[in-house]
Amino acid sequence: MSLFDTDELVINMGPQHPSTHGVLRVVLRLDGERVVGADVVIGYLHRGIEKLSEHRDWQQIVMLTDRMDYVSAATSNLGYCETVEKLMQIEVPRRARYIRTILSELQRIASHNLWLGTHAMDIGAMTVFLYNFRERELILDLFEEFCGARLTYSSMRIGGLPLDIPSGWARKVSAFCDLFETKIPEYEDLLTHNRIWKERTRNIGVISGADAIAIGLTGPPLRGSGVPRDVRKDEPYAAYDEFDFDVPIGSAGDIYDRYLVRLEEFRQSLRIIRQAIAGLPEGPVVGKVPRLIKPPAGETYHAIESPKGELGFFIVSDGRSNVPYRFRVRPPSFCNLQALPRLIKGHLVADVVAMIGSIDIVLGEVDR
Amino acid sequence: MPAFITPTVIAHLVLIFAVMNMLVLSSAFMVWMERKVCAYIQDRLGPNRVGFEGLLQPFADVFKLLLKEELVPKAADKLLFLLAPIISVAAALTAFSVVPFGTQITLFGLLDPPLRLEVTDVNVGILVVFAITSMGVYGIVLAGWSSNSKYSLLGGLRSSAQMISYEISYGLALAAVVMLAGSLSLREVVMNQSGYWWHLIPRWYLFLQPLGFLIFFTAGVAETNRAPFDFPEAEQELVAGYHTEYSSMSFGLFFLAEYVNMVTVSAVATSLYLGGWLGPFLPDWLGWIWFLIKTLALLFFYVWMRWTLPRYRYDQLMEFGWKYLLPVAIVNLIVTAALVIWLG
Amino acid sequence: MDVIAFYVFAAIAVVASLLVIGQRNPMHSVMLLIVSFGALSGLYVLLDAPFTAVTQIIVYAGAIMVLFLFVVMLLNAHTEDEVVPPTLGPHGMKVAVVLSLALAAEAIWAFSRISPTVFSNDPGLTGSISSVARIGAGIFTTHAFAFEVTSVLILVAMVGAVVIARKEA
Repeated sequence: MSLFDTDELVINMGPQHPSTHGVLRVVLRLDGERVVGADVVIGYLHRGIEKLSEHRDWQQIVMLTDRMDYVSAATSNLGYCETVEKLMQIEVPRRARYIRTILSELQRIASHNLWLGTHAMDIGAMTVFLYNFRERELILDLFEEFCGARLTYSSMRIGGLPLDIPSGWARKVSAFCDLFETKIPEYEDLLTHNRIWKERTRNIGVISGADAIAIGLTGPPLRGSGVPRDVRKDEPYAAYDEFDFDVPIGSAGDIYDRYLVRLEEFRQSLRIIRQAIAGLPEGPVVGKVPRLIKPPAGETYHAIESPKGELGFFIVSDGRSNVPYRFRVRPPSFCNLQALPRLIKGHLVADVVAMIGSIDIVLGEVDR
Repeated sequence: MPAFITPTVIAHLVLIFAVMNMLVLSSAFMVWMERKVCAYIQDRLGPNRVGFEGLLQPFADVFKLLLKEELVPKAADKLLFLLAPIISVAAALTAFSVVPFGTQITLFGLLDPPLRLEVTDVNVGILVVFAITSMGVYGIVLAGWSSNSKYSLLGGLRSSAQMISYEISYGLALAAVVMLAGSLSLREVVMNQSGYWWHLIPRWYLFLQPLGFLIFFTAGVAETNRAPFDFPEAEQELVAGYHTEYSSMSFGLFFLAEYVNMVTVSAVATSLYLGGWLGPFLPDWLGWIWFLIKTLALLFFYVWMRWTLPRYRYDQLMEFGWKYLLPVAIVNLIVTAALVIWLG
Repeated sequence: MDVIAFYVFAAIAVVASLLVIGQRNPMHSVMLLIVSFGALSGLYVLLDAPFTAVTQIIVYAGAIMVLFLFVVMLLNAHTEDEVVPPTLGPHGMKVAVVLSLALAAEAIWAFSRISPTVFSNDPGLTGSISSVARIGAGIFTTHAFAFEVTSVLILVAMVGAVVIARKEA
């Protein structure tokens, strides 16, 4: 029956493709429209940030961390600064820790906004994208008022913050929280109970909790599979141990659950921000930091919960030079992306973009 | 002056010319409306620089397209590649030719016999619309195939499968109306809808065939490849589907065809279900205003849907078409037939 | 006017049909076949049979040829490059000639027996709905047997296609 022998169709999705979220390239092997295999090709955005960091002094590296997850620069800043602080055992003032928490939760909302917008657009719901950018814009305004930048903030320093919050900023953040609370139902109206949305996301890209752990998923994709792992809760950093919040988890581990988890994280982030604003202590925003930062010889690993998952920094200092001896990042996007070939096998081409979206990757972080 | 050039002939030629241009203009207007409505839905302003409230924006876009280089991929089948957009537009424009959009005008007694407001009244008009719409698929299939690109091919295949599948439901919905009206001419179908029930509810087939209208419109959306059924050009999956490789005005022609098709489907739906040009308050010869209003309302619905709903997945669409829409359409047809026989 | 139109349509139909066979690219053949069908439907219009004309487009040009296109596209048959050696021997050729002559004779005989009265000039036939009604009545009463047999034939073809496709999967 050689007449009906069909070749696999190999399609190069990316690196220039509207919905691979940057320069991801996925080589898909298709049988009709069904994916029989996928190879993820990364590296198109590799800038050698890790190696570069070994040639920059400690404060300069903050600027480099901005360029990793460029839609969530504040959390990258935080992860790096806290790692160095841990290495040098610097005490960060409570006010600075509170503000850091507010910043990283605002950043989480902004990042999830971007995720929800692009993810919905991948599935064809264009309007959600604009709605999300409308709110993200407000957060960017807040960041701009705080540190003058809108994308690559360099908003933290080793030992604290570069500057205190401007007067009236806290009130604006509260106002944003009140506004944003009314906007979440708008997204939900368009998506959560939408039949098409459900059909596109339910039981698609299912991964069990055990598998998710085995692959090394972290963040919302892991929690979507029902594993209540959240660095903020399990190994609190900044000021998270002082606030009440829940860690939402899914049950089915499909795209829809990952979506629900992130939507709930919007609300939990608002909860944290409100508590932090209400209890914002007075005091300095920078701790006692030596003029020349030169951590003692040693190594440390410290992780935070970035919007995308566990963002870890492993830093080795030789104690002699004023640059890190070894600088290594555990980026959540990179680790979560490993799940992609496994998730999309057997699904359709249309699901591939939904899957990429549901993992929420930023190529700047994957390639570094 | 030769004998055959009578005022009627001239009026007909003018009418044909006018209808063609109106269709093209209406698609420009639709582009504007789409962008404007979409902008308001999305909390934006939309185009507002070129002309009043951006009304001239589509023309600016067309000028831009005309100035672009026409690229033909090396591996493409050049003849078919260039032919495909032309087929698309030709099919789209021709389908409108049998749609009546008003009664008849004498142009203040100038024309005798009076001029009917339609390009031609074919006595199998409904079938002509159906036939020509089904020809539109060739433009898309050929574009997909001749581009010699995988994305285009997938887009073309999807589209043709989709159009064939939904054509059946589309046809069955049409058949139910034909049975009610006892005529295949769109003009007669419209005339059959005149009058009121209890002096209040217009005798539109919408009320006799609510299910049929839904089927017709859903299938129409699928036929015109619009959201949420816009797979052939699902840009997130297939880049731009069948017209990935097109540039310049060839691309513009596909765009034009899509919008003209939308106008045609809405106009046909108006004639079949919404009483065409019939409506209160206006004198007979101004009936086309009602026709415009109704068609615009349907077009607005099209746009509204696109900017609200996510996109179905391809297999879900086919499943919907074959497992739900088609059976419902068949049941609708059988019930209608039974009622027509039973009630005479 | 009608005569000119007839010759134009007829010429298009004949030339397009001939070109169908002459093409190396199956895609072009399919397109030319559609052109030929279009010209045929033009001829039907000239015969005052708009219903038949439209049906011709819907069924042949609209549905069947799209399926043809599908097959051509899916099997990715770009061109008929390889020259297939004639599998028929000299005897096969002779048989073929005899058979085709027999077919031609049959056709001529059949056409000669058609009396011109079949093409009625009944004005009722050219009306829209009445002609459709008559066609419908004709199919379901006088020609019911032929109609049903044809449907069974198509059903068998469909089942066959499904079976073949299944085997592969």
